[in-house]
Amino acid sequence: MPTLKEISGRPEILAPGHRMCAGCGAPVVVRQIMKALREDEHVVVGNATGCLEVSTTIYPFTSWRCSWIHNAFENAAATLSGVEAAYRSLKRQGKVKAEFKFIAFGGDGGTYDIGLQSLSGAMERGHKMVYVCYDNGAYMNTGIQRSSATPLGADTTTSPVGKVIPGKTRPRKDLTEIMAAHNIPYVAQVAPSHWNDLVTKVRKALDADGPAFINALAPCPRGWRYDSADTIEMCRLAVETCFWPLYEVVDGKVKVTVKPREKKPVRAFLEAQGRFKHLFEPQNERIIDEIQAIVDAKWANLLARSEQA
Amino acid sequence: MKSVTKPQAPGWKSIPMGGVITEPGNSEKYETGDWRTMRPVWSAKKCINCLLCWVSCPDAAIVAKDGKIVSFDYKHCKGCGICARECPPKVKAITMVNETEFEEQEG
Repeated sequence: MPTLKEISGRPEILAPGHRMCAGCGAPVVVRQIMKALREDEHVVVGNATGCLEVSTTIYPFTSWRCSWIHNAFENAAATLSGVEAAYRSLKRQGKVKAEFKFIAFGGDGGTYDIGLQSLSGAMERGHKMVYVCYDNGAYMNTGIQRSSATPLGADTTTSPVGKVIPGKTRPRKDLTEIMAAHNIPYVAQVAPSHWNDLVTKVRKALDADGPAFINALAPCPRGWRYDSADTIEMCRLAVETCFWPLYEVVDGKVKVTVKPREKKPVRAFLEAQGRFKHLFEPQNERIIDEIQAIVDAKWANLLARSEQA
Repeated sequence: MKSVTKPQAPGWKSIPMGGVITEPGNSEKYETGDWRTMRPVWSAKKCINCLLCWVSCPDAAIVAKDGKIVSFDYKHCKGCGICARECPPKVKAITMVNETEFEEQEG
């Protein structure tokens, strides 16, 4: 288990000076993930279009202190799987000697929606790479449009609260389970509030013999509408309410890695955010119950599978 | 607050083929510190070096050396306030202070 003192000595791969918003969750996730790398390891990063990609590479600047490859919205996994295949070939020919790791980053738009087919393909082909989805629950980069990761009831610009609908009318897609169904060696869900859990899981993902998928919660102060200082607090609430359970699936076996001491009602997570404000009006209270039911069912399911394993 | 000078973009003749950026991590030269309205002021005396602020900073603007906090990088800190919030309540080594308080001293 790493200590903070230990990882603080490791190189800072994501340089400051990037133009993500103040208090953004994504660069915290990236920094913590990169701290799982050992000093002798090189890394190639592929980035799907999204906040992270456009804000860290504004010409003529880059925040990446590693090999970095740009591609389109839908093909981060496909691009990086190609790089990984080329690396394996060069290594076999003796043209590359150094050890490389491969990490793809995509937002929820580029992963849950647009990049799902290329991600599924890359995972099925068995490339030794880690795909990280930083899930902020909407297309934040273009102005908070709903994605399939947006939770039920959230107010976005394409699911606006008004007379007709009370925010998003569909529950979110469970991508972590979809990835687990690919029967790949390692799938995990993480949050930057639990850095130790995060770094340990990323290390396991990097060491896995085959593809690995990490789904990381990355709160967005603009889109979720909370004070920028509360980013880590939002993650903590998401974990404590079991809205975002921290678990891993290793070779098909589920393990819940963080069990909250006291499972808080999901209201605690919802009321902290402006995007759910309307749910607390009397006519919308039933949506909170619906969200609670979804969270409870998922948590019970995870615990049952975790105990079986 | 002093205005931050931004480096001029290179002319087209000096741009490498494909427009690649040849200097890794050169965004460090771009100072995002002028976004800040609230400044985290750190007390070395109160700090217990738990590094929780360091691990939660989106901008790598908290400088740690040998497991200890050394300084805050105000050239890049955007003043989000996560560090002050994450500092354990019993320690409270970081306070957010309005930038206007520093205007007179720093010009």
